[in-house]
Amino acid sequence: MIDRLNMALRRLPSWPLYILGAVPAIAWFRLALLNRLGADPVRALEHEYGLIALQLLIAALCITPLREIVGLNLLRFRRAIGQLAFVYALLHFIVWLWLDRQFDWPRIAEDLLKRPYIIVGFAALLLLLPLALTSTDSAIRRLGGARWRRLHRLAYPATLLAGLHFIWLVKAWPAEPLLYGAGIVLLLAWRAVRSRRKGARRAMPQKFRANEKKLS
Amino acid sequence: MQRWTGPKLTYADVTPKAAWLGRRAFIAGAAALPLATRSAAAATLQGKTSKWSIDEAPTSKADITSYNNYYEFGFDKEDPERYAGKLTTKPWSVVIDGKVGRPGTYGVEDLAKPGALEERIYRLRCVEAWSMVIPWIGVPLADVIARAEPEPGAKYVAFETVYRPDEMPGQRSVFGGIDWPYVEGLRLDEAMHPLTILATGLYGEPLPNQNGAPIRLVVPWKYGFKSIKSIVRITLTEKQPPTTWNQLQPREYGFYANVNPNVSHPRWSQATERVIGAGVFAPRRDTELFNGYADAVAGLYSGMDLRKYY
Repeated sequence: MIDRLNMALRRLPSWPLYILGAVPAIAWFRLALLNRLGADPVRALEHEYGLIALQLLIAALCITPLREIVGLNLLRFRRAIGQLAFVYALLHFIVWLWLDRQFDWPRIAEDLLKRPYIIVGFAALLLLLPLALTSTDSAIRRLGGARWRRLHRLAYPATLLAGLHFIWLVKAWPAEPLLYGAGIVLLLAWRAVRSRRKGARRAMPQKFRANEKKLS
Repeated sequence: MQRWTGPKLTYADVTPKAAWLGRRAFIAGAAALPLATRSAAAATLQGKTSKWSIDEAPTSKADITSYNNYYEFGFDKEDPERYAGKLTTKPWSVVIDGKVGRPGTYGVEDLAKPGALEERIYRLRCVEAWSMVIPWIGVPLADVIARAEPEPGAKYVAFETVYRPDEMPGQRSVFGGIDWPYVEGLRLDEAMHPLTILATGLYGEPLPNQNGAPIRLVVPWKYGFKSIKSIVRITLTEKQPPTTWNQLQPREYGFYANVNPNVSHPRWSQATERVIGAGVFAPRRDTELFNGYADAVAGLYSGMDLRKYY
């Protein structure tokens, strides 16, 4: 069943994801221009772009566990998901600079230096920048697989910071940001446990490793 | 700006109620019939004009009634409009007790007698750095307190919102960290200030539930969270009473919570505000000290360090 799904997915191209991904950005911007995003359209637009960026970052982190736990292989769509996450984070930042802070540079500088939740959000965006710039086949070749993979582990702190940014900006302790935060922590914890296990296995002498295979 | 000196105009002069009701019924059709009948049934509230009203165009009623912070009904701005309909506001009574000569339980119309109602067009500045202009209908809190005859030892006024988890989903939530019921407080001189009112209506009609029906506090020179909604208890006290946001995050929300562009919230600036209803490209407005009411209220805080007593 999973195998057949994987076969079918292999035939699908990834380019439609870019078109699909552009739809909400355009639709929400259109609604903002038409003043149909409620009483505070700037906040609504800013929030929506930020939320989509966070959801895409989390989606990208789900690819590996889906493959290893469920056997579903969506690896070839991860690049598009990651690039779209960066674009939405950038749109979120631009809406903040332009429509929210209205290019009031002294206040923007103050926010970026003094407000922890803004610093954390901006740091997440900066961490994503090298990843967006190296999300090409030629960059992988240039860097080599191992270095490229190490660089792209920046997605972990970036997503963690993005989740923290969300929790930190709200008043009190509403459910939504906490649930996103919990999801991110769970995905990163799974990776930590897995890499420790792999490391332990690598450290084991050859004869034990053979035994382990028999046991499992 | 030229002031209108002719006969007193009401919102009904701009759009007669029959016309907008008719329009709404026409647009919404039969599906929206319950809504139309409910609006038609809503009694109008007449308020005398007041010298305390500001000369600015009010925010639209649609925005005032659809963009609310009322965490008893949920964390999203749209939640109160969505869920507040469940709250039973009739019958309603408010207990006045503590250091008063005449404690008692009062109905809404005992506190805000129809003949005493005034219209107060006030600025509202939320601690989240957005603002509205709201045409409240209400009575000075001072009159209500005076009738209860405060004792000499009374120095503060404590307020309490209704606690009704079966009607208020936010009070049932395990999230939020708020210790219900919501409580607020003022110094007695702040409570007695003529700008401070108990509101029972807006835009010439009884308060919609999401705006704090049936009776709420409005203190226009303080951040919106001080203006506690759906009040069931007013207690005069000797000591400064606990207040909900201050208990939750004391570094961020003080007891005073006076609007002040020079004192930042620890997480964001309070220097400017977004004007609700002004559109996507509208410029931010510079926030004014005491929300523009400095002439009237600055004297209450003379000699006080507003950075320390935020």
